[in-house]
Amino acid sequence: MKFLKSFGQFWYDFIIGDDWKIGVAVLTALVVLFVAMKAELFGDTGLTLLGGAAVVVAFAISLAIDVRPKKR
Amino acid sequence: MDAATWGLVIATFVACFVEMVEATTIVMAMGYTRSWKSALAGTFAALGALAVVTVFAGYALATWLPESALQLAIGGLLLIFGLQWLRKAILRSSGRKAVHDEDKIYQEEVAAAKAAGESKGSLDMFSFMVSFKGVFLEGMEVVFIVITFGLNANNIPGASAGAVAAVVIVLTVAVVLRRPLSMINENLLKYGVGLLLASFGTYWAVEGIGIFQAGRESLDWPGHDLMILVLLAAWLVLSRIFVAVLKVPAATPAPVGTPVEVEK
Repeated sequence: MKFLKSFGQFWYDFIIGDDWKIGVAVLTALVVLFVAMKAELFGDTGLTLLGGAAVVVAFAISLAIDVRPKKR
Repeated sequence: MDAATWGLVIATFVACFVEMVEATTIVMAMGYTRSWKSALAGTFAALGALAVVTVFAGYALATWLPESALQLAIGGLLLIFGLQWLRKAILRSSGRKAVHDEDKIYQEEVAAAKAAGESKGSLDMFSFMVSFKGVFLEGMEVVFIVITFGLNANNIPGASAGAVAAVVIVLTVAVVLRRPLSMINENLLKYGVGLLLASFGTYWAVEGIGIFQAGRESLDWPGHDLMILVLLAAWLVLSRIFVAVLKVPAATPAPVGTPVEVEK
């Protein structure tokens, strides 16, 4: 039981880490790519470039949320 | 060796180097303050456990998952892992997060070791467990990187060679200097690793989405492997822009509420 707890904790730290927003950003970008692929919007080249751009934008948004001024 | 293999070896070398420095700091703190015998026993026990995990995880991943699923699962995890390192590096470079201080971590480990009290029996369980946990957890990250890079690039020996070289170099330097490796610019190394992991992770995760296509074929990036270099350049430029935009002026203390910590 203790081993399972440690194992779970390891993966939690690994995926969620200090900032859960990174995991959400990556997942969101991949979902956007998945939807575009299913909708057959582009060929492989368009899809891969869209995927790369989606990851970058999602990361930028997560970072912007991270450093926004805190309300008092 | 071609460019892709060099990239693979360099990526695993630098990633493993960073993790080894952290693990070595913990083991040295236990060894010098409590018991070298127990600290080393904990280290070897952790290395044994890591070897078992590596064999099973590597075999399971390589055997059970189709290539595109492997790229998606592993690329996704690598991307999350890499972006977390990149986020920390950006926040540190812009002055919004305390830099990683190996000396301070060493002092904290030493203080904890002294406060733990005397141990009865031939094996000092405190040294053993702290060393075991430190080496195992840092090592798991290395194992993950070696397996993921190795399997996705179809070159486990190349990935392992980078990791083994890092282990040998860090241990040699530690034995010669006999003090924590605080002279190494670990923050810069972590920044580099973050860029590499984010680039490879983006490449593979996007390719792997193809698992959901009718033929379950991976998506093809234009330019194939060369696109990894383009992604690397893109992440580098983007991270420098973030650092410039988020920079806190030297005279101004970090804003209230921003995370400031000494990471272990």
